[in-house]
Amino acid sequence: MRSRIRNWGPGLLMVAPSIVVIAVFVYVLIGATVNESLTDRHTAAPAENYVGLENYANLLDDDRFIHSLKNLAVLTVVFVTGTLVLGVLWAFLLEKGVKGEGFFRSAYLFPMAVSFVASGVVWRWLLNSAEGEGAGGLNALFGMAGLDVLQNPWWSHPDWGMAAMAVPAIWQLSGYVMALFLAGFRGIPNELREAARVDGASEAQLYRHVLFPQLSPVALTALIIIGHMSMKMFDLIMAVSGAQYLTEVPAVYMWQALLTNDYAKAAAIAIVLLVVVAVLVVPYLIHNARTERQR
Amino acid sequence: MRRMSWFASVAAVALVLTACGDDDNESTTEGSGGSEEEASGEVEVFTWWTEGGEKAGLDGLVSVFSEQCSDFEFVNGAVAGGAGSNAKQVLASRLQTGEPPDTFQAHAGGELLDYINADQLEDLSGLYDEWGLSDSVSENLLDAITLDGAIYSVPANVHRANVVWANPTVLEDAGLPAEAPASVDDWLADMQTLRDNGVDAPLAIATDWTQTMLLEAVLIAELGPEAYTGLYDGSTDWASAEVPAALEKYGQMLEFANADRAGLDWPDAVNKVTAGDAAYTLMGDWAAGKLDADGLELDTDYVWWPSPGTDGVFQWLADSFVLPVGAPNRAGTECWLEVVGSEDGQREFNTAKGSIPARTDADPSDYGPYAQAAMEDWASDALAPSLAHGSAAPVGWIDAVNSAVGQFSTSGDVGALQEQLAAAAQ
Repeated sequence: MRSRIRNWGPGLLMVAPSIVVIAVFVYVLIGATVNESLTDRHTAAPAENYVGLENYANLLDDDRFIHSLKNLAVLTVVFVTGTLVLGVLWAFLLEKGVKGEGFFRSAYLFPMAVSFVASGVVWRWLLNSAEGEGAGGLNALFGMAGLDVLQNPWWSHPDWGMAAMAVPAIWQLSGYVMALFLAGFRGIPNELREAARVDGASEAQLYRHVLFPQLSPVALTALIIIGHMSMKMFDLIMAVSGAQYLTEVPAVYMWQALLTNDYAKAAAIAIVLLVVVAVLVVPYLIHNARTERQR
Repeated sequence: MRRMSWFASVAAVALVLTACGDDDNESTTEGSGGSEEEASGEVEVFTWWTEGGEKAGLDGLVSVFSEQCSDFEFVNGAVAGGAGSNAKQVLASRLQTGEPPDTFQAHAGGELLDYINADQLEDLSGLYDEWGLSDSVSENLLDAITLDGAIYSVPANVHRANVVWANPTVLEDAGLPAEAPASVDDWLADMQTLRDNGVDAPLAIATDWTQTMLLEAVLIAELGPEAYTGLYDGSTDWASAEVPAALEKYGQMLEFANADRAGLDWPDAVNKVTAGDAAYTLMGDWAAGKLDADGLELDTDYVWWPSPGTDGVFQWLADSFVLPVGAPNRAGTECWLEVVGSEDGQREFNTAKGSIPARTDADPSDYGPYAQAAMEDWASDALAPSLAHGSAAPVGWIDAVNSAVGQFSTSGDVGALQEQLAAAAQ
């Protein structure tokens, strides 16, 4: 027993502060939020009663919340697909050995260094929805190039507007996915390629059967990182459109509920959002832990 | 392992306990210390007025304050950004932890209900009598901000929301007089004329809350000011038959409005009018300040009139200051509020901010041509509150209506809009 403590003790002491801080500022606060979401605190006054799951039931019954989930789904699907396709494509091209790889790598990765708020302000203008004579931004470019057919309302389209909202996000994070995949490609030992070629595999077969299967952990990582970023999306939307019904996602709805002193509703939205992200992230963490134990 | 978690939880609990303990001590000592002190010290005034005419107005108030309340020192507690949304977050957390500023800015009327119901504001009606405000603030406004005999704020100014700004050149080119249409129906007919003459979107509007303002203007015109005001105190039913008729007309107006509205803010909509792309926009009278700043002349470059069908109705909103429960320097706050309500304070504030005084005894010659006309109307018109700007209802209601109106902007579903408006009133 004593020797055990001697083994564990110093290490534990070193990490204790961060354990305490995380316990308080993450888990205790999650608990407090759950607690809040079960109350009837819909004004600035303190809560009076516990109402069980009523706030959650109300949310699922709330067209506005369903609409925000729908927006989030469109945003996430387009954002994830877009970054993966572009990221893989760029990584593939660079991996084939383009001249000036260093330049392209930086150029693609660089947008990630810009904050969503800063780029959102620019994209707000680029994605200006006016068409024809009063057009600005991309629509004006299309107009100048004689491609008037391509002019569209961007994010103010009632059904597919969120797909346009994903465009700035794709622009920013494709480079990051590219970096992940490039590292993945580089991590595959050259012997494997040579062996495949010796066995007579064509270039397409080499990628299809040898290289891509090895990249599936990278793809999963990219999917999880981009996916959970998308689900928590707030800053970009606030910068491009501001808080409004058309582009509302749960995080923005939560902000609006907070601003209007509806603390119970805001807490319930926060917990739903946490659960949605957890559904994505937790299986991944479990999967990761398992594979690491196997090693 | 068990030991570790035991240790962690003890440490966590200890941390939380000490944090809470500290907080309580601090707020009680601060609170009691402040009230026992003599009449001196700092007065923290919490606003989101940090630039432009608003900042100039605040500076005007401060100059009067430092003269008349020389025992006290003004501390600017302004929080910038987000049209006040950042400030409101900070304010909410300070009120919750029992550390309110000495006074804060809020819209008079419905928006204060949340604070009042949470017992965070003190009744000022005794002070109103002491300062003679009961006689000098217009009676209609006093009625509107009195709740069960109590008054919780001192209005510093009045803005008008139901104002249409129009481009006379565009109207003349379409053969229309530069005069207000008599009703919403006439207005719709004029818009059709404009469209026939090549003005595709004669009405310029912007994002959700500006659409709420337009909806309100149509409701006032169609229901009349009394029934409209009743929508907020429950005496008019949102489900009653007159409401859908008005909503239909609002829907028709949207068909004459610019399609890129979701991406615009109110100055963009005003710019569309002054540039001649649109004929009308509906916006509160702070637009006059922007038009002046753009170097435009009333009557030649732009004209204004009360939104068609609302002539004789003044849809008001008012910035005001309050006395929070537990204000550290109560005497100082009272002095600040007295300045806010005084003739000098309102003159210095409003001539800089571009609004009109809430008092009825101000000298019109201190103000510009638009403000003079507005002061005349203010003295004689019937009043109606503004939902979009906080004088009609609490913030939760406002947000729900903005959201419903934003949805209607793309769906055009009158039934759903009415349902959501009724639900917002619950």
